[in-house]
Amino acid sequence: MERPKRKNPILRTRLPTLPPAARSRIALGLTAAAAMGRFELQQCRDCGAVQYPPREACQSCLSVRLVWKQQPDNGELLARTVLHHSNDLFFRERLPWRLGLVKLACGPTVVAHLHESAEKRVRVRAMLDRAGQAVLAALPEKEVNVADDRQLREFTCDPKFRKVLITDGKTAFGQSLVHSFAKAGADLIWVGHSEPWKKFAGFSELKDIPQVTLLPLDLSDSKNVREVAAEIGAKVDIVVNNAEHHRAFGIANRAGVETARAEMDINYFGLLRLAQELGPVMRARGADGQSSAVAWVNVLSIYALANFPPHGTFSASKAAAHSLAQCLRAEMRPAGVRVVNVFPGPVDDEWNQLLPPPKIAPAALASAIVKALQEGTEDVYPGDVAQEWLARWRDNPKALEKELSS
Amino acid sequence: MSRRGYEGVAVAVPVTVPYVRYSIRAAHWWLARALAEVISRSGLKKESIDGLSVSSFTLAPDTAIGLTQHLGLSPRWLDHIPFGGASGVVALRRAARAVQAGDAEVVACLAGDTNHVDSFRLTLANFSQFARDAVYPYGAGGPNASFAFLTAYYMGLYGAKREDFGKLCVAQRANALKFEHALFKKPLTLEEYMAARPIAEPLHLFDCVMPCAGADAFLVLHEDFARSRKIPHVKLLGTIERHNAFASDPVQMRAGWALDREDLYTQASAGPADMDFVETYDDYPVISLMQLEDLDFCGKGEGPAFVREHTFTHDGSFPLNTSGGQLSVGQAGAAGGFLGMVEAIRQLTGEAGARQVEGAKLGLVSGFGMINFDRGLGSGAAILGTAKA
Repeated sequence: MERPKRKNPILRTRLPTLPPAARSRIALGLTAAAAMGRFELQQCRDCGAVQYPPREACQSCLSVRLVWKQQPDNGELLARTVLHHSNDLFFRERLPWRLGLVKLACGPTVVAHLHESAEKRVRVRAMLDRAGQAVLAALPEKEVNVADDRQLREFTCDPKFRKVLITDGKTAFGQSLVHSFAKAGADLIWVGHSEPWKKFAGFSELKDIPQVTLLPLDLSDSKNVREVAAEIGAKVDIVVNNAEHHRAFGIANRAGVETARAEMDINYFGLLRLAQELGPVMRARGADGQSSAVAWVNVLSIYALANFPPHGTFSASKAAAHSLAQCLRAEMRPAGVRVVNVFPGPVDDEWNQLLPPPKIAPAALASAIVKALQEGTEDVYPGDVAQEWLARWRDNPKALEKELSS
Repeated sequence: MSRRGYEGVAVAVPVTVPYVRYSIRAAHWWLARALAEVISRSGLKKESIDGLSVSSFTLAPDTAIGLTQHLGLSPRWLDHIPFGGASGVVALRRAARAVQAGDAEVVACLAGDTNHVDSFRLTLANFSQFARDAVYPYGAGGPNASFAFLTAYYMGLYGAKREDFGKLCVAQRANALKFEHALFKKPLTLEEYMAARPIAEPLHLFDCVMPCAGADAFLVLHEDFARSRKIPHVKLLGTIERHNAFASDPVQMRAGWALDREDLYTQASAGPADMDFVETYDDYPVISLMQLEDLDFCGKGEGPAFVREHTFTHDGSFPLNTSGGQLSVGQAGAAGGFLGMVEAIRQLTGEAGARQVEGAKLGLVSGFGMINFDRGLGSGAAILGTAKA
């Protein structure tokens, strides 16, 4: 991949269009799995037949007990074509476009977007397209960086050559994010720090990274957020909102609402302020060349799914943020800007001191976020605790509530 | 129970409402024109039409039943066959049984679609659940992309060359120049075919049909009735229909004809060599080759050799798509499935004018329709013969 040329400010900015987004409800199972980076197809619980395209009944035994299950991704490329014509605006602007017909080892034949170096033996991956819907992509057998392929790059949010805003550089996690994005080839990284009159641990190391620009940013200050957006908003391609306020305890162990209000002010209202100021301009830049505005990352918490009473008010603020992030996702969708929600378990930091391991290391969380952008997923549950909570929650949310309250 | 034949069934009054590239009319307008034309040309009264069969993609929100009120018909037998390229053969089969059983005396089979400037895109986007979920989001190339895969696979497997497909297209254009309703009026050379711009490789411009508006129609009625009214007609000697055949083939290289052709030829007491002309469903030339193979005009994979051996104009060694086929006439939606049928009736009633196949007594019409996901699902064929045959 080559560094994109500097934008000519005289030329009109191309407006975002989306690939066809309509799907039947049953087909959204493919999207749900792809959102987490998984390749799942429907499989019949009675006869085992793997089905595609998604359907309501087994084509083999007519059972309606079809479940989405992870499938082996290998297959054979039967035929390829290159489209030079399309009836859809999104593809028309991106022609020529490669497609493949693939016979999967698990049974079905599928139509897939085709990687430029795919040969006879391929791996098929479910990816989210710019409309946020799952599509299949056929990749070469050997490991490749998907974002280096002109076509498939459209389905990723690769930070390479992009400009990133990280809202809080003061924490160990924030600094890990900066290092990870610098390593991933980001062009420019704005790093927010509230209370700019204070030096924080790691300040000088951050300043030494050539891509980094530090800027005062306090998500609880509407005026400050507006000023920052006015200054850099039209250049930001990726937002990583990692600023958070985190204190322990639930309801009875603390008097008053001030701590809870401070959590809400950053974790919920901070996101709202930032989204109101930056969202509209990012939406306008959803198709602005090779390095368009592309992603908005919210660092939430696995506690957003079910309240963790020892950190009860924090959980509530993250649940509120999660709900708002779903709204943001819907509003960013017409521009093809992906909202990535990250649900880590407890991070190994001072505010989780009393929680037993495993706790996710800040650096591991940071690299999980960069990987999600490179691979194009939108729901990220990094680390063992998050994975276990997710499994319990998907299995039976009520059971998880009871488990957490005991 | 043994299979009942199609004795006594007459097929008559082939009508084409002249196609146009784009129309501001609704599908109803085109179907109305077709019905009016079959009535006036048959000399029958509107009230005598007691059976109606309708094929259309753009009639929504109406179906055949709404059309009865729109057109002021009161049929006692009604069918709606939105099966695209298979609809001509399927409409004929069903109407034939209705006439034999006495459920209807005269069935008007109509197919027609309008084409506004954005109709084709909208039809593609909502063609089927599988297409919407698993094909359209992949470049939105429509059937071009799907048939590009089949063409590429066929070329790789059987050694077909672009020139082979080109030979069919060039011959069909020559036929079309003698059909007054064909939208393509200029001759096509193989050089022009080869030099055309790519659409979905290996398909190029002249491999793809042009969507347009239009309608076709014919009547199915009892032979005795046709004779008493002196309506020129042909006989239905045999017909087959099959859907979703060979579902486990990883890529479509054959369709239902390969399963049912013996039945077809047995019904007609004739073989492939007895056919004086063939009308295939030619949305893409590779599909014509698939039909020629599956209907036993040559073996599987011998299509390319067959093409190199024969000439395909109406006066050639193997008259094929004698009115030019959809590739040179235009594809008027579901009417595309009727084009070969009305042409076969013309050939066998001696109405084909300058493109008449000399001494034509038997003709085969084949239909193929509905690329629901990765392949065409419906296939059918009919053998028609002159009233004297």
